[in-house]
Amino acid sequence: MSATAQASVMAAPEHPLEDLIRSDRIPHIWCPGCGIGTAFAACLTAMKASGIDLQKTCMVSGIGCSGRAAGYVKLDSFHTTHGRAIPFATGLKLGNPELNVVVFSGDGDLFAIGGNHFIHAARRNMDLTVICLNNLNYGMTGGQVAATTPHLARTTTTPVGNPESPFNLPLLAWASGATYVARWTVLHTRELTDCIKKAITKSGFSFIEVLGPCPVNYGRRNREKPLETLRLYRDQTIIRNNADPSDLEVDFTKKVVLGEFVDKERATCIENYDRTCRPAL
Amino acid sequence: MTGDVACAEGALAAGCRFFGGYPITPATEIAEHMSGRLPDVGGTFIQMEDEIAAMASVLGAAWSGCKSMTATSGPGFSLMMENIGLGVCTETPCVVVNVQRGGPSTGLPTMGAQADMMQARWGSHGDYEIIALAPCSAQEIFYQTITAFNLSERYRTPVFIMTDEMIGHMSEKVVIPPADQITTEWRPKPKGRKDRFLLFKPDENGVAPMPAAGEGYNVHVTGLTHDEKGYPVMSVEAQEEMMARIKRKILGNRDDIIMTEGHGLDDADIVLVSYGISARTSMAAMQQARAQGLKVGLLRLITVWPFAEDHIQRLAERVKGFVTVEVNLGQIHLEVLRAAAGRAPCHLVGHSGGTIISPDQVLAKIKEVF
Repeated sequence: MSATAQASVMAAPEHPLEDLIRSDRIPHIWCPGCGIGTAFAACLTAMKASGIDLQKTCMVSGIGCSGRAAGYVKLDSFHTTHGRAIPFATGLKLGNPELNVVVFSGDGDLFAIGGNHFIHAARRNMDLTVICLNNLNYGMTGGQVAATTPHLARTTTTPVGNPESPFNLPLLAWASGATYVARWTVLHTRELTDCIKKAITKSGFSFIEVLGPCPVNYGRRNREKPLETLRLYRDQTIIRNNADPSDLEVDFTKKVVLGEFVDKERATCIENYDRTCRPAL
Repeated sequence: MTGDVACAEGALAAGCRFFGGYPITPATEIAEHMSGRLPDVGGTFIQMEDEIAAMASVLGAAWSGCKSMTATSGPGFSLMMENIGLGVCTETPCVVVNVQRGGPSTGLPTMGAQADMMQARWGSHGDYEIIALAPCSAQEIFYQTITAFNLSERYRTPVFIMTDEMIGHMSEKVVIPPADQITTEWRPKPKGRKDRFLLFKPDENGVAPMPAAGEGYNVHVTGLTHDEKGYPVMSVEAQEEMMARIKRKILGNRDDIIMTEGHGLDDADIVLVSYGISARTSMAAMQQARAQGLKVGLLRLITVWPFAEDHIQRLAERVKGFVTVEVNLGQIHLEVLRAAAGRAPCHLVGHSGGTIISPDQVLAKIKEVF
């Protein structure tokens, strides 16, 4: 390497998220073409931009590819059991209400094995920001059908097509009582980052669904190359803020609606607890 | 007060400030009492959506810096096993009370048993060590709950209180001493530079200091096999090192953890081994036997896990035999058998649950086999 080239390497600018990444754990496990890294970067960018006290900010994940996010963030971070990120996060927040608690996990983790915890945390209006990377299947275990897999899609456990129907996640979040609900794809990083920033600074239960490609496990079996998935995200989506939650099914044969769907105020679990259980204090 | 209420009061005296629970007979009264009392002392009670969530919330609260607990019975204990394993693996201090009832499955919800003793030892997957205490009265459950918190903080591990429906629902006199007469311990706190801190690097006693979330240590806590820094490492060596640490901190401190109570052991020919409610049965049987001239002693296990095998081994050298008394079909009995290692015969007085064992049954067994 010439002296000039070496000097330019030395002078390479630091990654803008360097201070929030555990660089000593890189390389990460995510596959080429995976959408998790983009959603993760949007989350960290939003955390920095939000102005919250990062020392008082925790990330909690469950199990799965997205569940590994907690292992790469240089904050207090908790990689818990499968589906249990939300109740673990609930304990963290109730034990020390000064903490900002962000749950970052996948669709299988949050909505199949952890579905019960999701609806109850939303009902309580626990002060958590829940970010779900939805890649339509179980990636970590090699591409099995999930509660979010489209009807007739192929996975290793639905070899001739999924006989079941998927959840509409924003509808579920809205019906359960979430006070902030949005959906973006990893192609919409600016909007996504803005919404995460808003969700983190807003009190109450916030939910953001992020559609992201899983080319290795989902795309491969459904004749969808990584770039084609991104094209779908561009061509087959429509941004409609405040859309009716029942119109938010993920079906790329029609337009998939993105945007900010719910943004309302409701007393949080902790506010209600203090008001009800210790009014004298 | 009842044993359940005494347990809750013991927890409050120990400094417990978070309870994540789910209703289940015969442990519900602990949650009920905590729900009323915790807000007064600045703590938080939450009834979660199931016992899986309850246990997860207890671990989360522990990492927020609180002393935290839950209480349940057999079916809930089964659901908690997943996150009890996470607690063991991440070395998280917390207390889990199991007010045992008859099983398996829904079993006998309102009737007691002691049939989850092996589940306490081995219920979560993988190898590990655990601490379990077994109180025999409402007064003792008060004190043992404090001890359980102290042990969990001292050794950074979940600690079980394996009580039973009989103790939980029994009303007895309980004396609550002034706060200044109660010793409470806290997890060891880290010292030195935060950026060089290693979350799982043990001190001399085998236990690593533990910061709380928000204190600036940027800890990473995972249920994956991890190194001293807390980072996942998928290797035979990392697994061996982590497992050795988890086992060593308990087994290396056996003398500090294992508590027993001996009655008439000095001249005993026959030793009753028992714990919890059955230890009271055994005490009555021992007194009756002594009145009839039989040299019977009682080894009461206050700590059930780790098992007091040294005590059994020493006694096995000189006694004619052991009779284990427990409301199950032979669980701790198997441990006595293992520790006695053929040096003294071991017998069981047990049944499948629903009521206490009567002293007459114990006395009859003593006369039958010795």
